[in-house]
Amino acid sequence: MPLITYREALRHAMAEELTRDENVVILGEEVGQFHGAYKVTEGLLEKFGPKRIVDTPISEAGFIGLGVGASMLGVRPVMELMFWSFYSVAFDQILNNAANIRYMSGGQINCPIVIRGPANGGTNVGATHSHTPENILAHHPGVKVVVPSTPYDAKGLLKSAIRDNDPVFVLENTILYGLEGEVPAEEYLVPLGHADVKRAGTDLTIVTYGRPVIQSLAAAQQLQQQHNLSVEIVDLRTIRPLDIDTVLASVRKTHRVLIVEEQRPFCGVGAQLAYMIQNEAFDELDAPIQRLGTVDAPAIYSPPAEIEQLPNSQRILKAALATMGS
Amino acid sequence: MSKKSTDKTAAAAKKTTSAAKTGGANAAPAAAPKPAASGPNPSHSSPVNTALSADEKVELYRKLVRIRRFEERSLRAYQAKKIGGFLHLYIGQEAVAVGCCSLMGKDDHVITAYRDHGHAIAVGMDTKALMAELYGKVTGCSKGKGGSMHYFDPARNFWGGHGIVGGQVPLGAGLAYALKYKGLKGAAMAFMGDGAVNQGAVHEAYNLASLWSLPVVFVIENNGYSMGTSQARSSAGELATRAAGYDMKWEIIDGHDLYDVRAKMEPLLRRAREESKPALVEIMTYRYRGHSVADPDKTYRSKTEIEDYQRTKDPINLFRAILQSEGALTDELIEKIDTEARSEADFAADFAEASPFPTPEDIQKDVYWEADNPSQRTSGGRLFFN
Repeated sequence: MPLITYREALRHAMAEELTRDENVVILGEEVGQFHGAYKVTEGLLEKFGPKRIVDTPISEAGFIGLGVGASMLGVRPVMELMFWSFYSVAFDQILNNAANIRYMSGGQINCPIVIRGPANGGTNVGATHSHTPENILAHHPGVKVVVPSTPYDAKGLLKSAIRDNDPVFVLENTILYGLEGEVPAEEYLVPLGHADVKRAGTDLTIVTYGRPVIQSLAAAQQLQQQHNLSVEIVDLRTIRPLDIDTVLASVRKTHRVLIVEEQRPFCGVGAQLAYMIQNEAFDELDAPIQRLGTVDAPAIYSPPAEIEQLPNSQRILKAALATMGS
Repeated sequence: MSKKSTDKTAAAAKKTTSAAKTGGANAAPAAAPKPAASGPNPSHSSPVNTALSADEKVELYRKLVRIRRFEERSLRAYQAKKIGGFLHLYIGQEAVAVGCCSLMGKDDHVITAYRDHGHAIAVGMDTKALMAELYGKVTGCSKGKGGSMHYFDPARNFWGGHGIVGGQVPLGAGLAYALKYKGLKGAAMAFMGDGAVNQGAVHEAYNLASLWSLPVVFVIENNGYSMGTSQARSSAGELATRAAGYDMKWEIIDGHDLYDVRAKMEPLLRRAREESKPALVEIMTYRYRGHSVADPDKTYRSKTEIEDYQRTKDPINLFRAILQSEGALTDELIEKIDTEARSEADFAADFAEASPFPTPEDIQKDVYWEADNPSQRTSGGRLFFN
């Protein structure tokens, strides 16, 4: 299989869907002539033209709202937020409109919009540009939230998101854009709501998503080599719909759980997971469920400190050992 | 007269002067609205009005009356605690929705804010479904899930009923964007109140519409008050002329006069359809009731002010007088229309009363397309956490 980057995988997903369905349009700040702030949309303007690839003014509430309105009339907009941190500027449009419209209309109106863009910290851009609001978004019924961790998943999930008739928010990880991975040359989809066991193991389950999947894989290798521990890694891939069944199956196999999330733990995705695991598989647990997340403070700028603030392989390794009681 | 009660008058006087002054710089000189009672109004002889048959005129009048009687009936139901939440009555503003929506073609679309009953009736929605929605019944136009502020009927190109002030305006631009993208010769009308004009999203929508030349007419229904704050205390400068900053055509319309609404909206809608160009109109109107029924309406305007409007500018009385002078309405027909509108409203209330409430199972329907279309389910996982 060809080796491509996460960034290219996302681009290929959009190009294929633009080709497949003439109702798909790409809108966002700098997505056209500038090729995207992170170059995810590079070349799309040249291939599909300015009707399909549209540069918007810097006005998140305006253009996201426009996308919602257009989607109600059958256009399928894929909107890029230059940073997911800017969700707050368009929050009214995202939640009061995109998330609610189907319900408030008694099911008469669908909103097949995709909002995608880079999330998370790790690039030393401080508190305003390092948000990862998957828990905040997933809190709201009516929306779907996707967080791919590999190029293969990024392409397959984004294609499914574009074909989905509900609003789907795809949170990409800035640091993963350059990550290479195998992606089939032929078309494929990764359906939403299916977690993936990225590594099989028998001693401990790490439930995670996004960049910590990659970090957890590195930690698992060390744990195997240095501590003879067999770690299973479950990548949620989508936060809503949530594939709790794959998580529970893993817990029933390993009986110990560490949840790793690249967000602050308070009111986070891991809290929901921990509740559901104890609720549905309490008797399977041989140890308390542990959580590892971003250190609870706004994103720090200082580069070495930010590495310590976020999950990393060493922090994951330590947390895994603690979960094993050692 | 108290200062509060003169705010509206002062704002209106300022507007007249400014409109006359800046109109020449605008692509479409905006005439200051004349009091409807003072002599012949050129809007009345506009082709869009003279082309109306007598029957069509009567239908327009009937719609005005139906809206008012519907709302009066809904008020009684609200006072009897049959209706929950807020009830934002449109009484006094009827000529705006009826005038604008009477111009709709098959590819024209409407979106509005929370004061949406008038627009819903104006686009032809069934008053039974509207009343049932107020009662929170499954037979409501949004299955009892939306309520007064969230009426929807996409089959009639009516995209709601939106509760956040100004939040619907970018959606209106989006409807226009979709029309243009699909190559349809239609226009979108995005209604908002004068309280919405200071929201950032509204300005972002103006900018996008003008920048991308979208076929949308933004309609400010200026009833003088943002909830309980008069325009003079809430908005700096003019509302319509803000369009000039976006290089967008603008117009000021007398919203008490249905013919004026039609005469001045029609060219803008036609231009939107044919040339894909946006416009902003400010329609001067007035609401007789509070912001919502919960609003005591006594602290920010005088009773005299309301009574003056009702006596001199009531849109139903004014249009009735015009049609009588044109010979389109007889006393007998006036009586008949009123009786029928009252019966219709009563019938709608009876229908709502007799309809069932949503069941607990209904609460989780209509959240996701996917959950409601299991045969086409493409996904796994759990959508709900219950």
